Amino acid sequence: MHRQKFASPYKSSQITPEAVYHNRPHRSRRDFLRASLLAAGGVLLAACNSKEAAPTQVGAQPTAGPGPSPTARSYADELGDPANTFAEITSFNNYYEFSLDKEQVAVKSERFASSPWQVEVGGLVNKPAIFDLDALRKLEQEERVYRMRCVEGWSMVIPWMGFPLRKLLEKVEPASDARYVKFTSLYDPARMPNQGPTSYFNWPYVEGLRMDEAMHDLTLMVTGLYGKELLPQNGAPLRLAVPWKYGFKSIKAIVKIELLRTEPVSLWMDAAPNEYGFYANVNPNVDHPRWTQASERRIGELGRRPTLMFNGYEAQVASLYEGMDLKANY
Amino acid sequence: MKAFFDRAFRPLVHLAALAPLALLAWDALNNNLTINPIQAAMQRSGKTALVLLVLSLACTPLNAIFGFKPALRVRRALGLYAFLYASLHFAIFMALDYGLDLPLLWQDALKKPYALVGFAAGLILLALAITSFKYWQKRLGRRWKSLHRLAYLAGILVIVHYTWVVKADIRQPLAWAAIILLLLLLRLPAMRDMRKRGAV
Repeated sequence: MHRQKFASPYKSSQITPEAVYHNRPHRSRRDFLRASLLAAGGVLLAACNSKEAAPTQVGAQPTAGPGPSPTARSYADELGDPANTFAEITSFNNYYEFSLDKEQVAVKSERFASSPWQVEVGGLVNKPAIFDLDALRKLEQEERVYRMRCVEGWSMVIPWMGFPLRKLLEKVEPASDARYVKFTSLYDPARMPNQGPTSYFNWPYVEGLRMDEAMHDLTLMVTGLYGKELLPQNGAPLRLAVPWKYGFKSIKAIVKIELLRTEPVSLWMDAAPNEYGFYANVNPNVDHPRWTQASERRIGELGRRPTLMFNGYEAQVASLYEGMDLKANY
Repeated sequence: MKAFFDRAFRPLVHLAALAPLALLAWDALNNNLTINPIQAAMQRSGKTALVLLVLSLACTPLNAIFGFKPALRVRRALGLYAFLYASLHFAIFMALDYGLDLPLLWQDALKKPYALVGFAAGLILLALAITSFKYWQKRLGRRWKSLHRLAYLAGILVIVHYTWVVKADIRQPLAWAAIILLLLLLRLPAMRDMRKRGAV
């Protein structure tokens, strides 16, 4: 298995065995409990004990430097923040095709069959092709620990497995006039119960990237999680991970990838055009019309931490948007 | 049977109104509040406050239309419980979500119109809770009634607050809005007159 520079700095041998991370004691759960009890005693009591009750994460980042430390034995991102647990990542999912309730997605998708599967890659390409899972698995799989920032204001650190989208696109030879990539999810109300006629949304889920975003090395086609095959609730068998954009850009259960000349309209742009734009770059300075994006809650932590420009990937991706008005192109 | 019901109704309402609080505390103690416990606790306390507020608004029509007198005896309690859950909702937002980081709260709240609207609804409920007792009722006289009609305004603000926090599918908040509007319509003088004439 091949690891990238922005993946965990730890060698495989230093990674916590599965049995251990499942049982990782959750310090913040205890904090939550303690704080809840204090809060239950009244706001005043909580106020008097604010330091102990609810330590804010803003400005209080863990000080783990580069390189392993004896206490940090699990996955971590390149900023030193530990990955969320497998249980957290697989039980709290925004996946409206199954349920609007994040806790219900894992339940309702439990029997979703993600194999056999085919992905059609076409549009403005010289060699359109249909890939099955075996063909995708033949591409070299890498492990990458990415931050995932949801537009709702929460975030996780996730150890994905997959391959750069670029490697797939190179196989079909993009035509010179291809400027955008459109991704389409599975549409199958029999298998995705919330795609039925009473649904609020115009299925299937559609997302898009500009060609240079799609070819960027950070843009990952995901096939696995924590070294294991992807589960249905996380978008099995194939999803996207674009870590500098809000989570909804990272489309799940992809069946079709098309290269286009014009900008595709995503499902969220269609549902609420004034709130969700094509770019959806994580940006603490550009607020959602109804809430600020300046801070976020890391799942498993109390309090909030500041949201980073491009979700902390500014050095790698800022050049893609040079000279662009990020407020107008939200 | 009727005597039993008369005696048991109020305690039952109190029990039912406190049950969500007990469940919330139980789930918090057992780490059963999803992996995003702050959000879950906020959503549950907020939803309970809304339900109790709507129930308190339904008391007067329940008596006027269906002659269900016991409703009047629990109206104040339901309103106070709504205020209790709204306070809990607010306390979780302040203390757990924002860790009482006042500068950050100030900066963020101004950019979260739903938070401001929710806060306004909370202030109304606070004023109504304080003046809900006999002392203030006597002291304010006729003005007490006008003041407590603000409960409908609080209800409407709560719906706006709820609609603005939902990501896209606003059918649930709209359903609650319809219920509150219906309850408000029932209280309008025109409707009252029609009822008196036996038309409704």
